[in-house]
Amino acid sequence: MTDHFEPLIIGFTCNWCSYRAADMAGTGRVKYPPNIRLVRLMCSGRLDPTFVLKALSSGADGALITGCHPGECHYIEQNYKALRRVHLLKRILKPLGIDPQRVKLVWASAAEGVYLAKEITNFVEEIRALGPLNWPVHTHVSKVKPRQLAEVPR
Amino acid sequence: MTETTDKNGDHRIGVYVCHCGSNIAGVVNVYETAKWAQEHLADQGVVVAKEYKFMCSSLGQKLIEEDIKNEKLDRVVVAACSPHLHEKTFRGAASRAGLNPYLVEMASVREQVSWVTSDNALATEKAKAMISGAVARVREHQPLDPIQVPINPSTLIVGGGIAGIQAALEIANSGFHVYIVEREPSIGGHMAQFDKTFPTLDCAACILTPRMSEVGMHPNIELLTWSEVENVEGYLGNYSVTVRKKARYVDTSLCTSCGICEQKCPRKVIDEKFNAGIGYRKAIYTPFEQAVPKYPVLDRDNCTYFEKGTCKACEKFCGPGAIKFDDQDEVVTLNVGNVILATGYDMFDARRIPRYGYGYLPNVFTSLEFERMCNAAGPTNGAIVMRDGKTPPKTVGIIHCVGSRDHKYNTYCSSICCMQSLKFAHLVKERTGADVFNFYIDMRTAAKDYDEFYQKVLEEGTNLIRGKVAEVTDGGLFDGLDGKLIIQVEDTLIGRQRRIPVDMVILAIALEPRHDATYVAHQFGISTDVHGWFTEKHPKLDPVATMTDGIFIAGCASGPKDIPASVSQGSAAAARVVSYIQQKELALEPVRASINAEQCSGCRICNGLCPFNAISFDAEKMLSEVNQALCQGCGTCVAACPAGAITGTGFTNQQILAQIEGLMCVPVHLEAAQPAVV
Repeated sequence: MTDHFEPLIIGFTCNWCSYRAADMAGTGRVKYPPNIRLVRLMCSGRLDPTFVLKALSSGADGALITGCHPGECHYIEQNYKALRRVHLLKRILKPLGIDPQRVKLVWASAAEGVYLAKEITNFVEEIRALGPLNWPVHTHVSKVKPRQLAEVPR
Repeated sequence: MTETTDKNGDHRIGVYVCHCGSNIAGVVNVYETAKWAQEHLADQGVVVAKEYKFMCSSLGQKLIEEDIKNEKLDRVVVAACSPHLHEKTFRGAASRAGLNPYLVEMASVREQVSWVTSDNALATEKAKAMISGAVARVREHQPLDPIQVPINPSTLIVGGGIAGIQAALEIANSGFHVYIVEREPSIGGHMAQFDKTFPTLDCAACILTPRMSEVGMHPNIELLTWSEVENVEGYLGNYSVTVRKKARYVDTSLCTSCGICEQKCPRKVIDEKFNAGIGYRKAIYTPFEQAVPKYPVLDRDNCTYFEKGTCKACEKFCGPGAIKFDDQDEVVTLNVGNVILATGYDMFDARRIPRYGYGYLPNVFTSLEFERMCNAAGPTNGAIVMRDGKTPPKTVGIIHCVGSRDHKYNTYCSSICCMQSLKFAHLVKERTGADVFNFYIDMRTAAKDYDEFYQKVLEEGTNLIRGKVAEVTDGGLFDGLDGKLIIQVEDTLIGRQRRIPVDMVILAIALEPRHDATYVAHQFGISTDVHGWFTEKHPKLDPVATMTDGIFIAGCASGPKDIPASVSQGSAAAARVVSYIQQKELALEPVRASINAEQCSGCRICNGLCPFNAISFDAEKMLSEVNQALCQGCGTCVAACPAGAITGTGFTNQQILAQIEGLMCVPVHLEAAQPAVV
């Protein structure tokens, strides 16, 4: 028996592309780990960096921000604003003692359900490797038999 | 308890968990989830939590409606499918029961949980977390009213091929005004280039040109040919589209379409467009006899006068004096309520597959070249001849799937090539008596009377060889095969390599998205798939609508289609547009940004962020303001405002922060996972 850590991730999705990609992953029965929970925004440009900090401070170990591919934004160019904000946010995280790798930006179009599922799976593993964030209080470190690790689909 | 909303959680929230048959219930323990919500979310205001087999059924909706009335619910959470599917359904149920529809929130536990999670216990946990998030969010919802917008009854159709023509006629015949913007000098599209149409073999021009002239003469249709869309602004019901009418150098108000200018023009140019490069046109030309409109266009790049400053033969002979060498591009603005994009397709460039020899082996033709060659009004007057222009071929090889169903080029099936190639086989046999070899991967003849046509071509004695052609080489390398082309292929039905000498090769080239499809999609605010075809709102249930309200698609713009399918889509898109116009006014989602004047410091950070120029600065009041009609609700300004003065209705900071908190209430417990069944 070892202390086992399961990451908890909040994903921010754009209503027009990545949320629909998540729908498509569902329709295609593409499996990914249940460690991510999605929040729908109208656009990745709606992402207030506060949302990410809120997620991390309320127990999330990472945040995945998804939007339309550059040049494909439903609102013309707002995903570029998300890109800038994520870069700035990562610079702020470091002095706070948070590894900037806990925040990741992924572009996924409405057609890329399989791709989004793959990116989610990868990100869960990346966060698993980084370990729990524990910022400020983190409670969900639990004990589990190592065998059950294999339960999480890869 | 009261129905009023106050900070102490005096809400009365109902949670409804859908089984979706076994789609959700087969993975998520819906009974446990509903029970959990009732117990654990009671402090959040959940007073009722129920599960039901099909929440979206009329009985399921009735259940919610009755609870809203009997339990005096003021918020509803439905844990079912994606809100993109049934949000409207449940909002409808709420408003029938007297609850503001925007007080309903959905948790997508089917698409995001049961369909993507293999472990039942973990899925149940995630479903609980999502319900918890939705409950926390819905507590912050405010009653909203949809924004009513008037619908401008005019429609813009981009592309005058058969799909656009069909849509235009349907709408115009319903009594509404239509603009058609066509890039080429005439409407007609690819269909006008064809000779015969499968499977009935009626001549394309015979069935198309009456429609074209009907468009040309229709009082409700305004044609803007030789024009391109420059800019699009606005939203459903109120689009403002800027169109550049390229200089024609012909005054259409004076031109009588006599054709003398074309006769007298001394400059012959290879016609790359309409004749696919195998015929000529003049520098001033109408692309074909039955062109609509009939007015010619002067090709400035190839005109002797524009090159050398002398000639003006056309002007000299033009009786009414319609030639206008100083003609300028004209930019017009069209105000329309809806747009139909029927922009069609481009043909695959066969030079991209050098092993098939197109471009350097003279007798390798593309399907479009062959269509022009067969056409009685084409460059050879319908004679099927080799590149020398006189010798008819004795053997012809037709290669299917050139650039389609190929991981190197396009993975999709171009859907029309099998039938087109069979049609070619028939035409070659009928007109030259030549031996025909068709090389196919799979034969796809799935539509009304298509397979009968296939059988007929088989009976005519066409040789069908199942196999992907490896290469086409010059026969001159072999004794006695000078002037022939050798097709190397593995005949997969007999399991042998074969080398078949032929005189002529026709490549059934793929249909590809227009080279500028992604640019056009961007202009109109719609999306394309990985190949570049426009994406439908729903591939099965809403194939002519797009994610952007008021922008519709028809024909090959959304993927390869044959003529019957394109025509059906034209009609379908027209029906959708007419139904919008008939409603006169439509309700839009009230997802908009608004600025609280008291909090705004006038810093103007938001001003430059809006791509729709919806935010203006009032210099007198030193405040920024959002124009609700222009705002599209993306929320970028909301996130940017340092004072938090901007509210994004439907996606407020409070709602999203509450949802995040709610989602975090249920941790991921791997011990919940069931032991693996080996």
